[in-house]
Amino acid sequence: MMTRITRPAPPGPTDTAREGQDQGRARPKRRTRGGGLPVKPLVLTLYLVFLLLPIYWLLGMSLKTNDEILSTFSLWPIDLTFANYAVILSDPAWYMGYVNSTLYVVMNTIISVAVALPAAYAFSRYRFLGDKHLFFWLLTNRMAPPAVFALPFFQLYSSIGLFDTHIAVALAHCLFNVPLAVWILEGFMSGVPREIDETAYIDGYSFPRFFARIFMPLIAPGIGVAAFFCFMFSWVELLLARTLTSVDAKPIAATMTRTVSASGLDWGVLAAAGILTIVPGALVIYFVRNYIAKGFALGRV
Amino acid sequence: MQTKPVNQKAWFLVLPVFLLVAFSALIPLMTVMNYSVQDTFGNNQFFWVGLEWFEDILQSERFHDAFLRQILFSALILAIEVPLGIAVALCMPTRRFWTAVVLVLMALPLLIPWNVVGTIWQVFGRVDIGLLGKALYSLGVDYNYTQDPLSAWITVVVMDVWHWTSLVALLCYAGLQSIPDAYYQAARIDGASRWAVFRHIQLPKMKRVLLIAVLLRFMDSFMIYTEPFVVTGGGPGNSTTFLSIDLVKMAIGQFDLGKAAAMSILYFLTILLLSWVFYTVMTSGEGNGRATRRRGRADA
Amino acid sequence: MARIDLRGLAHSYRPAPRGRADYALKRMDMTWRDGGAYALLGPSGCGKTTLLNIISGLLVPSQGQVLFDDEDVTDIIPEDRNIAQVFQFPVIYDTMTVRQNLEFPLRNRRVPEPEIAARVAEIAEALHMTDDLPRKARGLTADAKQKISLGRGLVRRDTAAILFDEPLTVIDPHLKWLLRSQLKDLHRRYDFTMIYVTHDQTEALTFADSVVVMHEGAVVQVGTPTELFERPAHTFVGYFIGSPGMNVLPCEITGASARVGHQTVPLARGYAPSGGKVELGVRPEFVRVDDGPDGLAAQVTDVEDVGRYRIARLRLEGHPMAAILPDGARLDGHTTRVGFDPAHVNVYVDDHLVEGEA
Repeated sequence: MMTRITRPAPPGPTDTAREGQDQGRARPKRRTRGGGLPVKPLVLTLYLVFLLLPIYWLLGMSLKTNDEILSTFSLWPIDLTFANYAVILSDPAWYMGYVNSTLYVVMNTIISVAVALPAAYAFSRYRFLGDKHLFFWLLTNRMAPPAVFALPFFQLYSSIGLFDTHIAVALAHCLFNVPLAVWILEGFMSGVPREIDETAYIDGYSFPRFFARIFMPLIAPGIGVAAFFCFMFSWVELLLARTLTSVDAKPIAATMTRTVSASGLDWGVLAAAGILTIVPGALVIYFVRNYIAKGFALGRV
Repeated sequence: MQTKPVNQKAWFLVLPVFLLVAFSALIPLMTVMNYSVQDTFGNNQFFWVGLEWFEDILQSERFHDAFLRQILFSALILAIEVPLGIAVALCMPTRRFWTAVVLVLMALPLLIPWNVVGTIWQVFGRVDIGLLGKALYSLGVDYNYTQDPLSAWITVVVMDVWHWTSLVALLCYAGLQSIPDAYYQAARIDGASRWAVFRHIQLPKMKRVLLIAVLLRFMDSFMIYTEPFVVTGGGPGNSTTFLSIDLVKMAIGQFDLGKAAAMSILYFLTILLLSWVFYTVMTSGEGNGRATRRRGRADA
Repeated sequence: MARIDLRGLAHSYRPAPRGRADYALKRMDMTWRDGGAYALLGPSGCGKTTLLNIISGLLVPSQGQVLFDDEDVTDIIPEDRNIAQVFQFPVIYDTMTVRQNLEFPLRNRRVPEPEIAARVAEIAEALHMTDDLPRKARGLTADAKQKISLGRGLVRRDTAAILFDEPLTVIDPHLKWLLRSQLKDLHRRYDFTMIYVTHDQTEALTFADSVVVMHEGAVVQVGTPTELFERPAHTFVGYFIGSPGMNVLPCEITGASARVGHQTVPLARGYAPSGGKVELGVRPEFVRVDDGPDGLAAQVTDVEDVGRYRIARLRLEGHPMAAILPDGARLDGHTTRVGFDPAHVNVYVDDHLVEGEA
């Protein structure tokens, strides 16, 4: 044995910290500390400024009076006012737009996730006649331009008496959200080992009870991610939502086109309405922030 | 991978999705098909015209122009957003707190209704009240998106970059996160340069998410309607009239149902075809890899 | 190839470590002989990987120095350290062929083309992978990928040492044996210093000429497999090496005899009185059952048949212990008398082995 070893001793207070000693020796091979431009934070900061500046500008406008917007050019509101927001929050014609949007978005999210759950389970666990074709066909619907469907949808929902209802928009948005939800959930479910299902069945669980009690808690993050994306795509869509509604279910996005008055565009109110459409999205992102990266990590969006 | 058991009863689980999507997709698609081969004079009387509408569309200069504009737009979008998205993903902070902050800020544009995105840029770019327009104007740049086609194009492209680059960046970031540390450590020991690490480790590992990013960005940019419509309304002239805008003009503005329907079908088929081409090209390398793996296992 | 010295080395992942518990790696001095084959053995989280990463330069230690052939390399970055490392999961460059993978470390160091070709050909031959050179690396099996990882270390002529971080974890059991013997051949042929991290004692004992056992961030013993078996320097080594592990019984010692509860165990040597926790360590292999009237009274709780031999589970003065039963031995009833071979009874004070006086 050529190896020698002494009994390890606890580090004593006399040990000089490594950091102190390093400064003197600087050979090319050594680790360099600091130095160079901080390229990464710089690129990131520039990008974030680029993202936030237009939003800031809208926010600034929403807090200005119309006169100030049109007459003076300032980087922040000089005459701070909440009047624009007051207009929106006191007029049902305005705020019902938010209620309508929220209603059909929530309906769509619930319907999409509810029908996608069993289907995703089937795709992740079994083979059956035409499974691959069906899956592919579902995904092609994600490639269908809403512009193509606008007119047929209008005729279809008019003919069955659903025109200008929330459920019409919710169903129409299922066109792209259901395939998306199936795709995301299938990814999460495939990550759950099949042995868990088998054990549950051996333990005497029926399928519905197993699905609700055991399986759904396991893929809860997946359900969250799927719901997030359904919410997102339904919330941001306008073409179909506007085509299928006129008064009773009119979305906020469509309401925004009515800011043209006799004196021209009411910029302040328009900006305030815009800012208020960003708020729900921002809240949702904040709550699911830890799941977003996970959802994207599956490469399924 | 274990093979999945065959179970035809699984169809019952898929049935709700099938019915729902069939209702939302097949019926409208059949309506479109039906219109595309008929003509009407507005009194609910239809005449069989065969493929006339398709011939009309394929020969119309208006369609050609819109199609070329669309291709140019999607190409520009992909050329800018994909590299920029990768770059942003590579610059993501490593500290947990900052990552969360940056992720939330980055995702913000993705959750803004599309017409509001249009509104934001419409305001931002205006020469009289917008920060961007006014700044450029005072710098002496001849920028006016309502008058000048080039300005209009720049505005629409920059708006889309603003709107969607984060999606590419988030996807790439997720792809980067899935690379085990050992790869970076091995690369350091092998003396790999920063570029070599990107070229031989990060890029190959991001391939899957990049495929999805390219497909999504291609599809969505090819279908774009609301945002440019709000900003430019397709103008000045027809300079930013993309396929969707043209289609809606034709169907709702002019009530040219047959022609619009024929165009819809061509439009949809184009997207399917191009998506398939992207998919095939980007996954072409994987086929022989899988074959070798099988051979490798047979040897062992 | 080089000798590696660790001097006063300690590492903590916290910026300002306070007590001993904050250190992932407790202060140590150690030498790894040039050309030696070392196994670094210990349970998960004992600091094996930390130590390995410090040697390869992926981590800078909080305190102390790392020396390669007397040159201080503590602050030298990994690529300039002439170290190769094989990781738990195979790391290969997917987009490259096997040949390009092997050339990669040389190209990064701007080695002249003819030399690259010669080195790659030689190493591929040594790895039995010459036929695989033009193949895409991605398509290969896990064991072939691990060989490429090793090959990337071997192609460099100046490699000081090769570090293995549980490299056989993902390899099929029947290939493990094959790969291990190929590795031994390579070691004999190139005589590189190798440090092989594992938590599998069979792997460590069959493969290395020297085993380093780590426990809670400290090296508790370095020795040949026989030394580890017969004279564990720490109760942890006794417990970790061997199956079942060493019996450890609390006792009091006066001179050359120990008292376990009310019974007396004779020792081969005398021991000076000492404070702290005093224990006897005796391997189940050196415990005799049915020892006649002079033996210690013990209760039999269970007899397990593990195939090659049987293990008797006993209780001595309430302390659980095990004994390997000789072939044909029978245990009738619930009590027996056991005897220990005095030459193989070790004495531990506060978990560390103490030598007796002759």
